Amino acid sequence: MVLSLTTDQLISSVSEIKAGERILLSGTIYTARDAAHQRMAMLIAEGKPLPFPVKNSVLYYCGPTPPRPGEVIGSCGPTTSSRMDPYTPLMLEQGVKATIGKGTRSAAVIAALQKYHSLYLVATGGAGALLSRKVRRAGPVAFEDLGPEAIFRLEVMDFPLIVAVDSMGNNIFERK
Amino acid sequence: MRNNVPKSRITAVVARLCRQVNYFLPGDVWQALEKGGKREVSETGRGVLNEILENARIAGQKEIALCQDTGLVEIFLKIGQDVHITGGNLNEAIQAGVAAGYRDGYLRKSIVADPLERKNTGDNTPALIYTEIVDGDRLEITVLPKGGGSENASALVMLAPGAGWPAVKEFVLRTVKEKGINACPPLIVGIGIGGSFSSVPLLAKKALLREVGSAHPIYGQKEKELLADINSTGIGPMGLGGTLSALGVHIEPAPCHIASLPVAVSMQCHSCRRLSEVL
Repeated sequence: MVLSLTTDQLISSVSEIKAGERILLSGTIYTARDAAHQRMAMLIAEGKPLPFPVKNSVLYYCGPTPPRPGEVIGSCGPTTSSRMDPYTPLMLEQGVKATIGKGTRSAAVIAALQKYHSLYLVATGGAGALLSRKVRRAGPVAFEDLGPEAIFRLEVMDFPLIVAVDSMGNNIFERK
Repeated sequence: MRNNVPKSRITAVVARLCRQVNYFLPGDVWQALEKGGKREVSETGRGVLNEILENARIAGQKEIALCQDTGLVEIFLKIGQDVHITGGNLNEAIQAGVAAGYRDGYLRKSIVADPLERKNTGDNTPALIYTEIVDGDRLEITVLPKGGGSENASALVMLAPGAGWPAVKEFVLRTVKEKGINACPPLIVGIGIGGSFSSVPLLAKKALLREVGSAHPIYGQKEKELLADINSTGIGPMGLGGTLSALGVHIEPAPCHIASLPVAVSMQCHSCRRLSEVL
């Protein structure tokens, strides 16, 4: 079964969404990877606001290639989520409701997903060209000096995802 | 015969190789994915493999990078001893080619100048260059853009010589189980055995340049054995469970010291991009 959901629907139905389910997601998501997370953690520590609307947001661990002229975005697949693990509980505390990446998460992140009632979703790594076809609009939001590590706002349509960890802590990477 | 190769030609060829290698999935990788996909027992796994192949079709058609991680460029040169580079410096010729290829090819610039300061160089240079002097008058250039995610899953160990093949196998399997899941499987696992602390990782990396699934003349049986073991771990495509965890295991041995048994594992994601040209 594949669920077609907007980001609003995803966020309002977090508790009904189960690990292993496939989702085609439509709506606004924000990219952030290593350097952007580091800067956001500093802003939070200084009590300053984050440069994107973090409440009920969806964060995508991605650093795209530049678009060709006439294209919305270049290749834009997920990067390894575990590198963002140290920052994720903090981001969830700020109001991020779902993170998208690839690969496993730490025990601390899985506990935080339950605590803050959030989801971890995965996209297929190395499918950046395919995923670029699912992005309708894209533009930089903050930290443009970081190049590919800047925060971009993406409007996606039917972005293919799998629920890896649900809000109950069920984890598809954990095999019996 | 002496072969005069102008610097400008090297720059142009490297630039083209950098673009093409990032758009077109090599035929051997494509075939291994198709073949493996037919045998994958997990439905999720088959879905992932279909996305990977569809991705390769789109990347090739639209000339968009297969993966947004267009890598640290590693360049392997086989320089015939009768080759003469004219008009300038070989290193400069290659770096200029990489910068042009990544700029004109809309590829990601993923290199920072200093490992701690971490400021992006803006043109994806410097590339790493490995040279080998060989007989003849040809210059062979091979480009391997290496992604960071799979590179981070690589490992090296200095084993006791008496520990032998069982210890080598145990180390490789442990590395794949611990780190392979986040390295975008199905993997190609390059293994160097022997040499020294400095040479064994290069041996492992060069193993990735071989045709996927090709057998080493002496270590072929051991490669087969390890591939079967890796594919029975249950890791599966993108670590989501299944039977296709690796497309190939390539071992490259080398002579070593009586006291040593160095082993390196070079992890390669399914986006195994490499391309060569002979000048």
